[in-house]
Amino acid sequence: MEMGWRWDFTIEILPQMAIATLNTILAAGVGYAIALIVGLIFLLGQRTPSKIINWINREIVEFIRSTPLLIQLFFVYFVLPQFGITLSAWVCGMITIGLHFGTYLSEVYRGALEGVSKTQWEACRALNFSTLYTYRRIVLPQAFPIAIPGMGNYLVGIFKDTPLLSTIGVAELFHAATAVGGYNYRYLEPYTLVGVIFLTLSIPAAMWVRKLENDVNKAQGKIKK
Amino acid sequence: MTYFEFLNEHGITLLLGTVTTVKVLVCSMILYVIISMIFGLMRLSKNVLIQGLATAYIEFFRGTSLLVQLFWAYYVLPFFGISLEAFTAGVVALGLNFGAYGAEIVRAGILAVPKGQWEAAHALNFSAAKRIKRIIIPQIFPIILPPAANLTVELLKATALVALVTVVDLTFEAKQINSITWLSAQCFGTALLIYYVIARFALVPFLRWLEVLAARKVGKERI
Repeated sequence: MEMGWRWDFTIEILPQMAIATLNTILAAGVGYAIALIVGLIFLLGQRTPSKIINWINREIVEFIRSTPLLIQLFFVYFVLPQFGITLSAWVCGMITIGLHFGTYLSEVYRGALEGVSKTQWEACRALNFSTLYTYRRIVLPQAFPIAIPGMGNYLVGIFKDTPLLSTIGVAELFHAATAVGGYNYRYLEPYTLVGVIFLTLSIPAAMWVRKLENDVNKAQGKIKK
Repeated sequence: MTYFEFLNEHGITLLLGTVTTVKVLVCSMILYVIISMIFGLMRLSKNVLIQGLATAYIEFFRGTSLLVQLFWAYYVLPFFGISLEAFTAGVVALGLNFGAYGAEIVRAGILAVPKGQWEAAHALNFSAAKRIKRIIIPQIFPIILPPAANLTVELLKATALVALVTVVDLTFEAKQINSITWLSAQCFGTALLIYYVIARFALVPFLRWLEVLAARKVGKERI
């Protein structure tokens, strides 16, 4: 077996890896969309007046947050068929990522809502605005900018956790690299390429999130320039 | 097969896996704390070369996926003549990855120490090394421990990934038992519960205790 880097092999596998990258981006996007909605549901559970629902919600969030995504993936993928629900690997993966990161996003939402000053609520009460109107026109427009950096961070986080999907057979980038590596018995180029692709995608994304964070801070007058 | 029978038959295997998981956790925790201290300080160095090195390290390990780094350490490093045992490769990859995140926490912690402390140390004519060692570092612990605690729980969860490079830990055993018995709900459910119990009733209380201890050391009774 030839040692060292082989450029011809790299170029040979490049198209395959590029297609798989699209799958990875798709997986991250869909997973993120689900996580955004799941986060809202957990937020709702947290803010309902019922103490019991609050408690159940908190325990569920705590459980999901302190157990590994990998085993959650296995659990959903292997256990659901035993109850007669057979889903494809893609669907299982998306549900699990959505649930897992939804718990994190609910915390982001909560922090953002609490970041809106109490006096805003009081002013709305004084002006006799309905709760819905207060949320829609006063609180949410102020909370959203606070939530942006956290939401961006978890988008990057989901993107970096998509390789886990390969363990249940979702054909994303890492899966493709393992398949190519196993077929040719050369792992150096495929795995290095995966690393390079991840770097080229996630560093600009992280920089963009940091810029957003700065912009938000500036707009709120936290940084004076 | 009832759940009790399942535990009777496979409980010991799962427990042995748990021991490995805890070993991986402790080793990578020690490694990541050391790395984050070193690189957090390097990140604040005035020397461009040292600072650039630390930034490159941090960006690289935060920019790529942990799983990719693990597989790289285990399957690709042998190409360069470095063959690591699965356990070592796992611990090293985890330590390097989380060290990058930890370094940023340390950096933020050092920057959060009030400026007056630096100036006072200057005024007392402390050398640069002594200033960092005796004045600044002792004060960063109450600041960095809460985010570090979050990171450490993430580390516990991330240890599950070492199963994919053939370290025989809890996840590996659960997968193994699953492929023999197909009692998926029992194996993976038990594994999830064990991780939860470790996080909730051992790791988090320990980290909370550290936080209280650190706060008391700098004279803050309540945090």
